[in-house]
Amino acid sequence: MTSKLREVPKYAFLSIVALLSVGPLYFMVVSATNTSQDVLGSSMLPGTNLIANWQSLTEFQDVGSAMYHSTVNAVLTTVLALVVSSIAGYGFEVYHSPNKDRLMWVLMLAMMIPFAATMIPLFQLFADFGMVNSAFAVVLPVIATPLLILLFRQAARSFPHEIIEAARMDGLKELAIFWKMFVPTMRPTYAAAAVITFMAAWNNFLWPKVILVNSDYQTMPMLISNFTGGYVIDYGALMLAVLIASLPTIVIFFVLQRSFVAGFTGVVK
Amino acid sequence: MTPVVVPDRAPKKKSKGPKIKPSPAARRRSLTGWAFLLPAAILIGIMMFWPMFQALILSFKTGRGSALDFADPLWFNYTRMLEDEIFKMTVGTTLLYLAIQVPLMLVTALILANILNNPRLKFKGFWRTAIFLPAAISLVSYSLVFRTIFATDGLVNDWLLALNLIDGPVNWLGNTDTARMVIILGLLWRWTGYNMIFYLAGLQNIDPTTLEAAKMDGAGPIRTFFSVTVPQLKPMILLTVIMSTNGTLQLFDESFNLTRGGPANTTMTMSHYLYEVSFVNNPNFGYGAALSYVILVMVAILAAIQMKVGDKRD
Repeated sequence: MTSKLREVPKYAFLSIVALLSVGPLYFMVVSATNTSQDVLGSSMLPGTNLIANWQSLTEFQDVGSAMYHSTVNAVLTTVLALVVSSIAGYGFEVYHSPNKDRLMWVLMLAMMIPFAATMIPLFQLFADFGMVNSAFAVVLPVIATPLLILLFRQAARSFPHEIIEAARMDGLKELAIFWKMFVPTMRPTYAAAAVITFMAAWNNFLWPKVILVNSDYQTMPMLISNFTGGYVIDYGALMLAVLIASLPTIVIFFVLQRSFVAGFTGVVK
Repeated sequence: MTPVVVPDRAPKKKSKGPKIKPSPAARRRSLTGWAFLLPAAILIGIMMFWPMFQALILSFKTGRGSALDFADPLWFNYTRMLEDEIFKMTVGTTLLYLAIQVPLMLVTALILANILNNPRLKFKGFWRTAIFLPAAISLVSYSLVFRTIFATDGLVNDWLLALNLIDGPVNWLGNTDTARMVIILGLLWRWTGYNMIFYLAGLQNIDPTTLEAAKMDGAGPIRTFFSVTVPQLKPMILLTVIMSTNGTLQLFDESFNLTRGGPANTTMTMSHYLYEVSFVNNPNFGYGAALSYVILVMVAILAAIQMKVGDKRD
């Protein structure tokens, strides 16, 4: 009995934290269906204004275009980042040599470079190449991230060397070993990497805001940020926009969350 | 088929004798390895190191738009900073966020992870998902949700009034102290669950027998936590400290969207001011680059200190 009683504060604490975590999200979802007045009136129940909010939102904002550009940017970033970083992480581990270790160390230093310190020259670089407003300008600076390379190097460390030996004996080319042996085995790691990369790319705000000068190319975070620029804010429509902008990352998280934790275990030992 | 000696990861002794020529197969394989690294290394070089050096050169230049020339004296932009009251305030504000938010968040995340790691805990998946969920939302989205909740006629005031905790509506985002507090609350809300996941992953690597041993020796749960769990989590703690320090020093989305830097620039972060200087109205790339180097140096110094401290406790 006493041990049961001792558990109470623990569950109470968890309940409060969980409530505080989910509360604002619940409010966001509910508010997307309410009128602006009801949102400010703190209604915690779903309303019937969803369609009107949608009409008010799409009247002045091209949500379809923003969703399209966000999707292209995020998918392109995720695919390229996974390919480039995983093959590099694998290369550092499997073909390990002192010089490669030195290079790895230098690349890890890049983790310490704040984006702010590279932003202006990057803008100038892409402007010189006439790439302002292009998806590649959004994507290129975020493809190769030291953290992902580290993640995949750690994963490669747990990949049995005997498999590689056996594959070589069978006459498989090095790239084929990576592609046919390593990639399928490391699915949880890829899932974890995909979740963090997609979320970061989808939610990225500062760099797209700098490089996508023309509002025709704006992403969802840029759209909702601009939404509050006017004098009168339609809070119902705003919350609907915020909800739409958040749906893809929430869905991805729920689909891949099992592998997410599994993939992260063992990154830092 | 020729049997080949594969250079493996076994610790190699540095031989001082004449170098043995590697077999052609081994050499080819080493080249393959370099080819695997190349795309990532080139990208990091062009997209991170090169612009970092460019920014340093740029920070010694003045002028508007693309018409830039070396300043006279060269360090003009850096001396200008010392008289820039707004910039000095953004440094103070950013450091305030860092000093309050990061320790609060990481301690909370560590406690939560420790509770969730208990094998006898019920509804573990539910707690983990609920607490991590805020990390799935974009920074701009949550900033605007918080802006709405903390509006003068918003949810927080309504509830506090209903509970008779305040006499009249508080202008949360209109006063410096409360506006800064809202930003800190927002950061805690968004990032605590995220860091908890890192600690949970770290806890899975802890040998359970060490916890059993502590129990056998008569250590209570709190003692066990500090003497057994925390030391083993140290690499993970160091990683999260460095990541959240970097993130806080580069804070932009919340300042830009939640408070717009207001009232009177008192919630504005360094990155937000850097953006205003570099890309709004009269862009000044030279001064912007100089400001960005202050952020770079602060990140480097804090990371170096953290790694030093992190190493010492061994």
